[in-house]
Amino acid sequence: MIRFIVRRIFAAFFVILAVTIITFLLLGALGNPAARLAGRNANAAEIHLITVKYGFNKPIWVQYYNTMKNIFTGKAYSYQQGFNILTEVKHDYPATLSLAFGAGIIWLSLSVLVGTLAAVYAGRLTDRVLTIVAMAGVSFPPFFLGAIFLYFLGYKLNWFPLGGYASLNHPWQWFKHLVLPWATLSILFIGFYSRVLRSTILDNTNEDYVRTAHAKGLSDNQVLRRHTLRNSMIPIISLWGLDMGQLLGGGAILTETVFNLQGVGQLAATAIGSLDVITIMVIVILTAIAVVLLSAIVDILYAVLDPRIRLG
Amino acid sequence: MSADAPAPLLDVEGLKVSFATEDGIVRAVDGVSFTVGAGEVVAVVGESGSGKSVTAMTLLGLTRGPNSIFEGTATFEGTELIGASGKQLQRIRGAGIAMVFQDPMSSLDPVYRVGDQIVEQIRVHEKVSKAQAMDRAVEMMERVGIPRAKERLRSYPHEFSGGMRQRVMIAMALSCSPRLLLADEPTTALDVTIQAQILDEMRTLRQESGAGIILVTHDLGVVADIADRVIVMYSGRVVEQGTLDDIFYNPQHPYTWGLLGSITRIDADRSQRLPAIAGMPPSVLRAPKGCHFRPRCPHAFDKCGEVPELEHRQPDVPTSLDRCWLPVADKKRLRVIGDQIGLAEPAEPETVSA
Repeated sequence: MIRFIVRRIFAAFFVILAVTIITFLLLGALGNPAARLAGRNANAAEIHLITVKYGFNKPIWVQYYNTMKNIFTGKAYSYQQGFNILTEVKHDYPATLSLAFGAGIIWLSLSVLVGTLAAVYAGRLTDRVLTIVAMAGVSFPPFFLGAIFLYFLGYKLNWFPLGGYASLNHPWQWFKHLVLPWATLSILFIGFYSRVLRSTILDNTNEDYVRTAHAKGLSDNQVLRRHTLRNSMIPIISLWGLDMGQLLGGGAILTETVFNLQGVGQLAATAIGSLDVITIMVIVILTAIAVVLLSAIVDILYAVLDPRIRLG
Repeated sequence: MSADAPAPLLDVEGLKVSFATEDGIVRAVDGVSFTVGAGEVVAVVGESGSGKSVTAMTLLGLTRGPNSIFEGTATFEGTELIGASGKQLQRIRGAGIAMVFQDPMSSLDPVYRVGDQIVEQIRVHEKVSKAQAMDRAVEMMERVGIPRAKERLRSYPHEFSGGMRQRVMIAMALSCSPRLLLADEPTTALDVTIQAQILDEMRTLRQESGAGIILVTHDLGVVADIADRVIVMYSGRVVEQGTLDDIFYNPQHPYTWGLLGSITRIDADRSQRLPAIAGMPPSVLRAPKGCHFRPRCPHAFDKCGEVPELEHRQPDVPTSLDRCWLPVADKKRLRVIGDQIGLAEPAEPETVSA
């Protein structure tokens, strides 16, 4: 276990190093940042002043080093807005965390239910209806579904607030603000996950150990729950880990923006809109850390689910 | 031998199993009848696709499905299995009739400890505590020759070798003291030394518990080792049936001759090709009219266009039944190749005076 953790931390370090270098180079390729910061009517002297102030005239590795030093010591400021990015991320993170974990739990449990039902009734009416519903779910982009929810359930029926985030200090308000975002995000994932689970279950149904389970005298239900489903959860869990990593790094950009949740995803959207290079940088690093962390957690879950996999 | 015991443990009558596929109806089992008595080992032999595994699995309802069609009956201790309800089958599976499958590498669930899998088998049929079931699991594992059973109980299937896994399968199958064991090629995936040990376990089981055993195999060496009676299947039909001695020393069907002739002998001339039955088994979708073996049989004649019934053809050998139109008197001559029993080459034209 210790070896596993050490190796993971080591791997995480290199992943983050690679991600930061690539992002830094890509963002650098956008053109002279000083000219962009100086504004449309700036003259050469002003641009030169900014170039020197931010160190854009220094060699690129020095720029990279300074940027990273600032980010990891919490002294990274947005060029455009002037705010401290880490303070901003910390402020926005509860919304992102609430959205991701809430939706993650909802879509994981509902996809297991829907996928299992579709597999059990494969080829029959229940399966066909669920297939269509799942396809519809996958086909609704969050900005469309979110807008529909907001219009009908928020504006027309007034059941839910029209966006925004309420802190966990007011649990009921927190919950009410998050129901629609959770639903929007979950519907997208349930469609996809339940399809994957359905086909995995159907594949596993033909496995020899499932036949053994039947031959032991277990009921169909027991065979499904104890043997088929248990083995079919393994790929679902790995998908879930990767998607959760994405969302925890602020990946729910559309959903957060539609519902004005003011989470990290929305921060990313704003930063991308104004080419706020350092903010984008910080969020990319955050995503990388989240993905690496979640995949480590998933590997631990994996080893619990499938004893053939050894950690370390 | 208990071949003529009053009430057989299992009585299969006219069993037919067909599967509807996209290409048409597959007649996997086409009218199979046999009995198994308590303490009797009945071997079912035949090539791949002859319907021997399907026959065994059908007895436990494991071939049921939306595309399966069944005819005939199979009566086990008074219960009809083919038409039994799901609930009835569940009670019999694992308790009255247990099954050991061909591939021990994939027949155990990879995510559970073997002890838990044996305990699951026990607890699904008997109201015993987990601790009691664990004790029984240890006992069963020791009985089938797994060393350090108490520790090994906590191992996962992947931590066992193939032979050990098959022992676990057998321990599991025997844990509820079944009266009938279906062993579907239990030793095929194992190496020869392990094979012999597994067969020993099965022999012990038969002696200690008096259970009947149906052994599905294509290995005549295994058959000679353990079987009391032999059923030879070809393309979904029983072509010959008899005691071990009937089949090995007085075989009546040319297919059986071919099987016996294909046994490789250690004293055989090594410069010769290994003997084999020429041709391929017929497609189950387009079986030939009449005797299914006709296209591969060097002794076939006009009459083989009709299906011969499985019946007694030798008045002095009541245990032997076969499906072959050849006159019994001619068979003794036709089946001798060199100094062994075998099937003549199809190249040399063999004419039979009917």
